[in-house]
Amino acid sequence: MSSVFVYCEIEDGQVADVSQELLTKGRTLANELKCKLEAIAIGSKLDKVGDQIIPYGVDTLYIADDERLFPYQTLPHTSIVVNLFKEQKPQIALMGASSIGRDLGPRVSSALHSGLTADCTSLVIGDHYDKKQDKNYENLLYQIRPAFGGNIIATIINPDCRPQMATVREGVMKKEILDPKYKGKVVKLDVAKYVSDEDFVVEIIERHMEKSKVNVKGAPIVVAGGYGVGSKENFKLLYDLAEVLGGEVGASRAAVDSGLASHERQIGQTGITVRPKLYIACGISGQIQHRAGMEESAQIIAINTDPEAPINAIADYVITGDVAEVIPKMIKYYKKNSK
Amino acid sequence: MKAYNIIVLAKQVPDTRNVGKDAMKADGTINRAVLPAIFNPEDLNALEQALRIKDQFPESKINILTMGPGRAADIIREGLYRGADGGILLTDRAFAGSDTLATSYAIGQALKKMGKIDMIIAGRQAIDGDTAQVGPQVAEKLGMLQITYVEEVLEVTDKTVTVKRRLENGVETAKCPMPLVMTVNGSAPDCRARNAKRIMKFKKARTVTELQKENEDYTALYNEHPDLMIQEWTVNDIETDASQLGLTGSPTKVKTVENVVLQAKDSKVISAADDEIEAMMVELIKSHTIG
Repeated sequence: MSSVFVYCEIEDGQVADVSQELLTKGRTLANELKCKLEAIAIGSKLDKVGDQIIPYGVDTLYIADDERLFPYQTLPHTSIVVNLFKEQKPQIALMGASSIGRDLGPRVSSALHSGLTADCTSLVIGDHYDKKQDKNYENLLYQIRPAFGGNIIATIINPDCRPQMATVREGVMKKEILDPKYKGKVVKLDVAKYVSDEDFVVEIIERHMEKSKVNVKGAPIVVAGGYGVGSKENFKLLYDLAEVLGGEVGASRAAVDSGLASHERQIGQTGITVRPKLYIACGISGQIQHRAGMEESAQIIAINTDPEAPINAIADYVITGDVAEVIPKMIKYYKKNSK
Repeated sequence: MKAYNIIVLAKQVPDTRNVGKDAMKADGTINRAVLPAIFNPEDLNALEQALRIKDQFPESKINILTMGPGRAADIIREGLYRGADGGILLTDRAFAGSDTLATSYAIGQALKKMGKIDMIIAGRQAIDGDTAQVGPQVAEKLGMLQITYVEEVLEVTDKTVTVKRRLENGVETAKCPMPLVMTVNGSAPDCRARNAKRIMKFKKARTVTELQKENEDYTALYNEHPDLMIQEWTVNDIETDASQLGLTGSPTKVKTVENVVLQAKDSKVISAADDEIEAMMVELIKSHTIG
């Protein structure tokens, strides 16, 4: 039975969070399909990545180690993945919906003529009956994602082409080490057999990476604003509340698109996923794409002038009112009662 | 003077940023009629980058390629108003139901008919799907290099383009050989506005189908100004393998589409009155949710 494959992103010798999350999900899928979990790491000085990757339950880790393979470049990484997939013929391939995975995934899918679904929020194994062909497909990967402004949830399948490819955003899946002593094998690839010198055409002149200073993902309390907050002045109130409560400020896509908040604060399917103790949604209507990034919050407060806003349905407290009026009161009564 | 042949890939999309309550029909399908059709925002960022290259190398040519229904000719007119030299509308029922791969195939086959191309510039992704797949897939189909997440074209020389890329955790400057496909990020500069003189010049630009529908006779005008004719290509104008087109050529299939049903929680509904907000804050402090 062909394997489930995960492409692991590596920066500074560390396997990216999103790749660790996908390895965890990949192991679950492989168990269900009774097949192997395999992974590929491409980069430079990768001697120690095996110790990070194998414990997720990886049966075979392929390593392509060459100083020219870091930082990531489209053509060399594509060649290695495509050639390895042609050999190993995985049934499922998972990548992070990151700037690397979203560059590599479509290129690989085009080269192999296999289907790719972006930004999945759930991956499940299931069957499919095709009426037209009167054909039954067993154990397909259901690639589930919100679509079209979040009004619908679509389940996408790739009945005939392999691998079935999907990308998933960081934070959507949970990461969990299977067994620190898991026995997997490491296969070092002969890089020259998988990639040609002509693939190294891009010259990376400068590269400046930094961990984001904003840590919305790890914050215990998130005060998030939507388009309904209305103005930058009102948005400042959210920062005040977040500061008082020891939280961070997040935003809906509509707020980011209209310039009220920066992109790194965007919560939802195409942003980050958060699971705080308390999520305070201010002026957010709550389309499914937004909810995909916050609905596992332990408690939710929704502040909205619209009593019919969809977010209210998943909120523990629904406050029908104006953000500019409600937030200062929350600050006031927090200060009064917390001493 | 150097000149470059630039193609901008643009898509007409429903404005999903402003989806109202009437956007869904009772049967769970999308009511496209109520959604305004707009120029995909990041494709406008792409057009601006192309126009900046043309500012620097005025002999360069910018053509827009869009695939869609007949009304997507609006995209070409919009491009002409803002400074593009021309455009092609790729339109045929044979393309209906295409996923990103079948779309890329059709666009790739059209591009192969457009002569020697130096740069193909597209938006990073379209707001109706957010997949960011068509740019890289087109590049692969043409065997071209791709460079994604471009925020700024820093330098164009004889054979290379140097760009600044905006990645999720930083920035990267990369020097790339031509020809190539670039996809441009929304963080890149906004597209310049329409030019009043160009609106006057191109407002009568039409596809053949539009002329027939409008029952207008622009023969004399078009003989004098052939650039007003928007080219319209069907599947017969490009070389294609039918098995790679539309629904048949799409490896991904939509199995089910579900309307979102909310499992309503047992919410406490309160007003903005002082006593109610104070009571809530006290509860949250007592449960150690805050404080």
